[in-house]
Amino acid sequence: MYDIDAIYEAKSVSDAVRLRQEHPRAVIIAGGSDVLIKIREGKLAGAELISIYKLDELRGVSMDEDGTLRILPLTSFSHITANALLREHIPVLCEAADVVGGPQVRNIGTIGGNISNGVTSADTASTLHAWDAEVELTGANGVRRLTMREYQVGAGRVDLHPDELLTAILIRRERYEGYFGRYIKYSMRAAMDIATLGCSANVRLSPDRCRIEDMRLAFGVAAPTAIRAHSAEAAARGAAVCGATVDACAAAALQDVSPRTSWRASKEFRLQLTRELTRRALKDAIIRAGGEL
Amino acid sequence: MDKVRIRYNLNGTDYENYIDPRLSLTDLLRGDAHKHTSVKKGCEVGECGACTVIIDGEAYNSCIYLAIWADGKRIRTLEGVTNPDGSLSDIQQAFVDEAAVQCGFCTPGFIMSSLVLLESGERCTTDEIRKRLSGNMCRCTGYENIIRAVEKTMNARLDAKGE
Repeated sequence: MYDIDAIYEAKSVSDAVRLRQEHPRAVIIAGGSDVLIKIREGKLAGAELISIYKLDELRGVSMDEDGTLRILPLTSFSHITANALLREHIPVLCEAADVVGGPQVRNIGTIGGNISNGVTSADTASTLHAWDAEVELTGANGVRRLTMREYQVGAGRVDLHPDELLTAILIRRERYEGYFGRYIKYSMRAAMDIATLGCSANVRLSPDRCRIEDMRLAFGVAAPTAIRAHSAEAAARGAAVCGATVDACAAAALQDVSPRTSWRASKEFRLQLTRELTRRALKDAIIRAGGEL
Repeated sequence: MDKVRIRYNLNGTDYENYIDPRLSLTDLLRGDAHKHTSVKKGCEVGECGACTVIIDGEAYNSCIYLAIWADGKRIRTLEGVTNPDGSLSDIQQAFVDEAAVQCGFCTPGFIMSSLVLLESGERCTTDEIRKRLSGNMCRCTGYENIIRAVEKTMNARLDAKGE
């Protein structure tokens, strides 16, 4: 038995918005693999919950007419990994979702919950950030769109108004077409562990595959939220596909991160991981894009 | 708190129940309504897998699954895995034969996770089996015998189908 004061089951997105307005203290519960644990630990004991888990209208992945990929927030990690559209266009997101927790957690955990906790270690948050994803928030006054950077305002905090619900994650065609990516999660165990550091890179190469036209790099656990590494990205843009470019990007990434020491790992170790994972993820992304190193 | 009506299918039988919405699915399955005590209370925070059940074909930790969400779902527990005459199913027998059981607390959860793998019809590598079972913890066996039992059953099933 959970220590819950009240639980309101939303019947639709508009019903969830109404419940949000009626119960300003209530916490949204999607898959519950974070919320229920916080209740068990006592941090959220006695909470009021708005359950959106049964809203099947918020599950699945589709493509808009303009080629934008539309990922609905209650899609579970395992369904993200298995999704044919994502496997075709952004397989690295499928890979990132496949290293979260263990099999049972990947069946209950949702991609929307992963990015809405505002947790820096969220495996899909850094990858979505690296692909310039946007979020669509639905509230009483309609729909807002934010970038991932705007959405994540701080550790454990996202820019979700008291009447709002995350209703879609969007990746535009120009952000994924021609890009190839790689996500590396460094953790002490291969399963049921949280990233010590997460690194997600993607590149678009020139037609002759000798030059990096564009590179996007994001980290988890390198700052209070998932962040983009703008110095490293600048070092890559227009540079030749070679080991020296990869090394230069890895060195530049150190300027972009501000990791801390925690019981999982020291700041120094995380800095070393920043450099090494950038090198490995970028290399793999280049090779996946058809480049030679 | 007001009770909520839920309808679900458990191991092939339909049920309608009025439940306290604060119950986890573990509570519902272990409680007076069903007494399905194969569903173990281990960590109760979704880490150990001892409470694993299959819902609509996927493995879930029933301890972090609200019982109200079971409305409309098909749930399977170890009680539904044993053959109707009470004899052991192939995967259960393989756990016995391979000495994949010591204290036994984790066994029902492991078997439910294994069933999802076995019923997928895939021939998994040993590494893949390890990954598919990585949400279940065993503090006795060191896993090797468990993985052998699953591998053996997987191969026997696929060979019987001629694949």
